[in-house]
Amino acid sequence: MKKIFYTAASLFTAVLCAATVTLQAQSPKGKYGTFALTHASIETVTKGIIQNGTVVISNGKIVAVGTNVTIPQGAEVIDCTGQWIYPGMIDGGTQLGLNEVGSDQRTQDFEEVGDIIPQMKALTAVNPNSVLIPVNRISGVTTVIAAPDGDLVPGTAALINLYGYTPDQMYGGFEGVVVNFPNTGRRGFFDRRSDEDIKKASEKAVQKLNDVWDKAVQYHKLDSALKSKDVSYYPEMEALLPVVRGERALMIEANAAKDILAALKWAKDKKVKKVILTGAAEGWRVADEIAKAKVPVVTGPVQGLPSRDYDRYDKPYANAGLMQKAGIKVALRTNQAANVRNLPYHAAFAAAYGMGREEALKAITIVPAEIFGVADRLGSIETGKNATLLVSDGDPLETKTNIKQVFIDGWQIPLVSRQTQLYDEFLKRDPGVTKNK
Amino acid sequence: MRKLYISLFLLLGITVAYAQVDKGNLLIKNGTVLTVTKGTLQNTDVLVKDGKISQIGKNIAAPSGYKVVDATGLFVMPGIIDAHSHAGIDAVNEATAPVTAEVFTGDALNPFQMGLYRALAGGVTTIHAMHGSANAIGGQCETIKLRYGVKDPEALRMEGAPRTIKFALGENPTRVHGGGNSIVPRTRMGVEFVIRESFSKAKEYSAKWDAYNKAKTQKGFRGAPPEYNLRLETLADILKGNIIIHCHSYRADEIYMLLKVCKDFGVKKLVFQHVNEGFKVAPELAAYGAMASVFADWWAYKFEVYYSTAYNAAILTRNGVVTSINSDDAELMRHLYHEAAKTQKYGALTDDEALALITINPAKQLGVDNRIGSLETGKDADIAIFKGHPLSSYAVPVYSVVDGLVRFDREKDADDMRIYVDPKQPIETSTIYDNDHAHDSCMEGAEENFEKMFGLN
Repeated sequence: MKKIFYTAASLFTAVLCAATVTLQAQSPKGKYGTFALTHASIETVTKGIIQNGTVVISNGKIVAVGTNVTIPQGAEVIDCTGQWIYPGMIDGGTQLGLNEVGSDQRTQDFEEVGDIIPQMKALTAVNPNSVLIPVNRISGVTTVIAAPDGDLVPGTAALINLYGYTPDQMYGGFEGVVVNFPNTGRRGFFDRRSDEDIKKASEKAVQKLNDVWDKAVQYHKLDSALKSKDVSYYPEMEALLPVVRGERALMIEANAAKDILAALKWAKDKKVKKVILTGAAEGWRVADEIAKAKVPVVTGPVQGLPSRDYDRYDKPYANAGLMQKAGIKVALRTNQAANVRNLPYHAAFAAAYGMGREEALKAITIVPAEIFGVADRLGSIETGKNATLLVSDGDPLETKTNIKQVFIDGWQIPLVSRQTQLYDEFLKRDPGVTKNK
Repeated sequence: MRKLYISLFLLLGITVAYAQVDKGNLLIKNGTVLTVTKGTLQNTDVLVKDGKISQIGKNIAAPSGYKVVDATGLFVMPGIIDAHSHAGIDAVNEATAPVTAEVFTGDALNPFQMGLYRALAGGVTTIHAMHGSANAIGGQCETIKLRYGVKDPEALRMEGAPRTIKFALGENPTRVHGGGNSIVPRTRMGVEFVIRESFSKAKEYSAKWDAYNKAKTQKGFRGAPPEYNLRLETLADILKGNIIIHCHSYRADEIYMLLKVCKDFGVKKLVFQHVNEGFKVAPELAAYGAMASVFADWWAYKFEVYYSTAYNAAILTRNGVVTSINSDDAELMRHLYHEAAKTQKYGALTDDEALALITINPAKQLGVDNRIGSLETGKDADIAIFKGHPLSSYAVPVYSVVDGLVRFDREKDADDMRIYVDPKQPIETSTIYDNDHAHDSCMEGAEENFEKMFGLN
């Protein structure tokens, strides 16, 4: 009887173990705790490189960095000999979480109906369980701007960290109202509008933008006078209020040179307090003017096409570096959803075509953190910052390099995505060609 | 004497069919030579005579009159081959019927496109200028060399390259024809039927002609020849093995379907394009000898590529499928070396395996591996020279050589490399490409029809 009991018990344990193993294999979970990453080369970004150093992670923060660090008791020690620690990479403009399948509108939430709708919040629509998120974050991109797109003012973008089960768990501490500044350029080979039509459309759009801004300023005066009491409900005005008051940035997308100049002039005329210029595909053409306006830029994709046939073929690669050298604060973006993971390679192209590796690395770490006002939490390996970082076996800007660890807000992320699972299943498919033959 | 004239005339005719190709004499000195098929050679020279590689070795003296490129500290590799492009042509989709085997992209060559120079500046020297993917059986394609600078469209053709034709499965043909025109195919069932029906009709057509040609030789024969039909003629040539099928495809089931159809009709020359789920049927592809031309990491731009993996190229390679990495896109085409390098992250391919994806393997897929795709004596001198190893993401292409002529020189080329200036184009016109549309170049032309039909974009 006793024997049977033992057998049953051990069988039960075995089944339980097996079940646990299977469960882990199917949906590995993030892990939170105290970690010590030892013997690593640490690229702090802001304070140089530390050789053979240790980073201690606890309560979601980096609590120690250096060569002479006491490892707390109970910490999980991860030996990073021969490996590198970098801050998590930040993509300054994506549709991640808002755009699941490119051609299927039912899976897309970045474009709402309406031309001026700043009250539409990207953070609301971010899908924390998007299949795209793990695919991208295991390459070391930990933080992205999820931006709405569409008409003149398509909504409010949000900075999100790529780990969490609700938008609030993902929220990265920055929101900005997106403005697609009236565009006098063409959108591609399919854009067959006449120059006259383009001009008219853009003039009309500028007029609209002026109207709404003037109203927002009036609304701000009214709201201030009434101390927010008894002010009628105007959702777009409410959304613009923090922008008028300088509490929230206006992210102005402009790409053609004259649109960039027009946008800068508009922002100056309207006395917009916080402006981020996004896109800036032809930023190199008017770099001095952007620098003079002291407006930071989020540019990209770096891997892009020249905007004019007579421009040098490598201008999109060189653009970020040319702007940075003119004295502009430049961060990079992929402007992607599916392949945000390529951010480090966009940086590498910028580096190779004039920006240099050091500045290119900053443009995907500390610079975007500064532009989005979160440099106290993100963008470098420093004590007190969020434990949002990666461990790699080489330069993460190189394709040969493998990412060995990713931490987001102190959570150790399982390095698994649907794409790695498919690899595991199909590298040596079983059955091969032999079944039913 | 008259006979001689006729022969001369015929000879002239044949010569005229292909435009005169300019060829160069060149010595590339002291580079790291990545032959792809025969290893990596340090401090090695490559001698080019009359457009062909005549010698690879050390300390080769420059014959008089030869151009010399000093490749000290540089990497010398075969010119990159893009097995899927829509550059260099002014028409992509004859989206008017599910089967349009009778049309040729080679009839719409445009040597003035800036895209050709931009690709050349990314180390690309040969591209497969393909028909689009709107039709189950699309048009015939043209393999062209990026001889940027020539003004005669004929001079772009890679003389002697085998004929190829575009097929397409899945969402595109079913959307255009079933969705747009309410004709078969609307589903993947319909796509199979359209292809089987076409092959069957081609078989009948061939049989009629064979019977006629046989009967014709008999004395006293009086019958009329069967009606000539270019569409069926082309399809019959596929069945005879004279044309390589390049089939736009994504899902494993549809890939497997075409394998079976081709098996039934005895068609062997089969290359799958995009083939995002090729990894799921890699053993079947390998067993059949079908090849695969894939993206490095593009996915999720439509539903049929949602279940993709960037490890596709590596899985296919490891299973023995001849695999290439292509662009299908004017931007991606500029850095295929970088796309190939991604297979080292996703599947740890070796340097030679990764480089083969953009050189010798696409050459095999286009049936031109005897001419290009590796640095070997006797092959065409199509060569890309890089600062930095081409598989490094910091690599910069510095020279591209086609038929022994340096057609891209990063240092010396002007900023403005147009050879045709549109007199109607205002100077201040910028085109800002947005990412979403870039992915659909396979549907160029077909999308315009959609706009007309539904007012959609």
